[in-house]
Amino acid sequence: MQRILDHPILGPLPEEEKVVIMVDGEPVEARKGEMIAAALIAAGKPYFRKTVKRHEPRSIFCGIGRCTDCVMTVNGIPNVRTCVTAVEDGMVIETQLGSGDWGGKR
Amino acid sequence: MVERDIVVIGSGPAGLCAAIEAAEAGAKVLIVDENAKPGGQLFKQIHKFFGSREHRAGVRGIDIGTLLLKQAEELNIEVWLNTEACGIFDQDKVWVVRDKHTSVTIHAKRIILATGANENAVNFPGWTLPGVMGAGAAQTMINIHRVLPGQKILMIGSGNVGVIVSYQLLQAGAQVKAVVEAAPQLGGYGVHTAKVRRAGVPFYTGHTVLEAKGTDHIESAVVVKLDAAWKPIAGTEFELDVDTICIAAGLTPAVELAFGAGCRSVNSPVLGGLVPWHDETMRTSLSSIYIAGDVSGVEEASTAMEEGRMAGLSAAQSLGYLQEKRYRTRFEAINHNLLALRSGMFGQKRRDAKKAIVAASKG
Amino acid sequence: MDTEKRLKTTGAASLTELHATKEYILPDERMQHPVAVIECIEAIPCNPCETACPVHAITVGSEITNLPVIDIEKCTGCGLCVAACPGLAIYLKQKNYTKDLSYIAFPFEYVPLPEVGQSVNMVDRFGLVVCEGTVIKVVKIKRFDRTAIIHASYPVEQYEHVVNMQRLARN
Repeated sequence: MQRILDHPILGPLPEEEKVVIMVDGEPVEARKGEMIAAALIAAGKPYFRKTVKRHEPRSIFCGIGRCTDCVMTVNGIPNVRTCVTAVEDGMVIETQLGSGDWGGKR
Repeated sequence: MVERDIVVIGSGPAGLCAAIEAAEAGAKVLIVDENAKPGGQLFKQIHKFFGSREHRAGVRGIDIGTLLLKQAEELNIEVWLNTEACGIFDQDKVWVVRDKHTSVTIHAKRIILATGANENAVNFPGWTLPGVMGAGAAQTMINIHRVLPGQKILMIGSGNVGVIVSYQLLQAGAQVKAVVEAAPQLGGYGVHTAKVRRAGVPFYTGHTVLEAKGTDHIESAVVVKLDAAWKPIAGTEFELDVDTICIAAGLTPAVELAFGAGCRSVNSPVLGGLVPWHDETMRTSLSSIYIAGDVSGVEEASTAMEEGRMAGLSAAQSLGYLQEKRYRTRFEAINHNLLALRSGMFGQKRRDAKKAIVAASKG
Repeated sequence: MDTEKRLKTTGAASLTELHATKEYILPDERMQHPVAVIECIEAIPCNPCETACPVHAITVGSEITNLPVIDIEKCTGCGLCVAACPGLAIYLKQKNYTKDLSYIAFPFEYVPLPEVGQSVNMVDRFGLVVCEGTVIKVVKIKRFDRTAIIHASYPVEQYEHVVNMQRLARN
């Protein structure tokens, strides 16, 4: 939604190197070292995946790597917990459908 | 096989204090944590803590975290980050996976579990929509990642987590449209509710969320009044324009490792449900395994730190690192600090619940 | 309407509730300088106000769940307790700063901070804007640990009702 540029306790948002991640084919700017989920929410991405049967949208729930609601396909690997996985320059992130494409018959 | 005196699982407030206390006694301690950074949930606690000077009252959680990490470093405590503890075998072997690919078995004379707790969900139609999240998740987003999860927030639950996170969302620049509480009375400290209320946030006691509406993301929430039996009263519904619903409905101890290892359980509804049985030294039914913090019953960071100290002290003493007299003095001091935190109108029932766990049979 | 038990239903204590406690002491017109007013009426385990006070005007005692009691005759109005209180439940007040204006110094942990001389909206315990106030001083020192203390004057008619100011819009 929005980055918190100034904060009464934490102070101004520190300068950070920028990296570019590819989200569903579109370049998105992120702060180096931040979690994928943070970058995507800052960029306004409404949902991260859709469920296998009813195609319902999902995004973060616990934000600390426990619930797996925020998983996406990252660099071709499905079910990556985006709330505890840091961005890397050039990372390819895709909205995941169901349990993701494992590159073979399941 | 790697060998250590004491392996602490989890580097939050309880784990760090356990490691520090044990290392101070002379034990060789290793902390493992699945995260890339140590501190657990301490670094999102940007408010000043309660308690007394012994509990570092008046100091912000983030600064206590920095202080504990510095102490751990000075004591040369070994910390393995990005290390997931997958299981405990034979009561003294911890199987971990480092950096998602290297499997290591650590032979530990004593294990201290400080695995914390997970946020509870509340389900209502639309609760799976993006924008509905744990209050702790919102707190992580704003205070760790510096990203607002939304602009217009509805908070469910008025316990301390609900009101503290509401306040911190305001500090981060969000609007908090309302705090709803199903119970007839607010749960959190009055000083917390008061600062949220004077910021203009309305509290609705005896109300709950009936439905979250939206397609790809939440767009509004329907709130309804509850009768004495907690059933929605038809005709009292009203809609709030919100893009985020935060759920602060308590936490459940993260007991998987403890129960997988074979620790006996006790049910403690006041402290979050099933917890590993433990005595007042924080030892579980398995003599080599100790626990501390929310996994032993959900309380707060201040109590978690004291419990951590108790577990670290007792584990080190059981390995012969402390003389009885020194152990006794330190035990009494930590116990005194714990009792102080578990007193008053909010603390007494936690004190009673802890007593009941200790009193339950070891099995 | 000022009904009972408002703290536990509305989030903020009503004046009836506050007046029913012996710990809430509002200084009257005889007080020549601002003194601390403590709105801490629940037994929570906490005593930094007592340890912060350099003149020992605040007493909690060995049971840290005791409610803090202030001796306003001893209080010098230094404000150290205002910044030390983790609950942000203390402010300084003086009824007659001038004939028509009261004085308040309250904790404030939002951005942006107001500027000296700025006209701000003063709020009551329920967040309602009850009058305008003028900022006299903004104190943000290391010892206060990122809790700013805003000093302001406001109409004496709202003496008891005002407890803080409305947040300012972010840029």
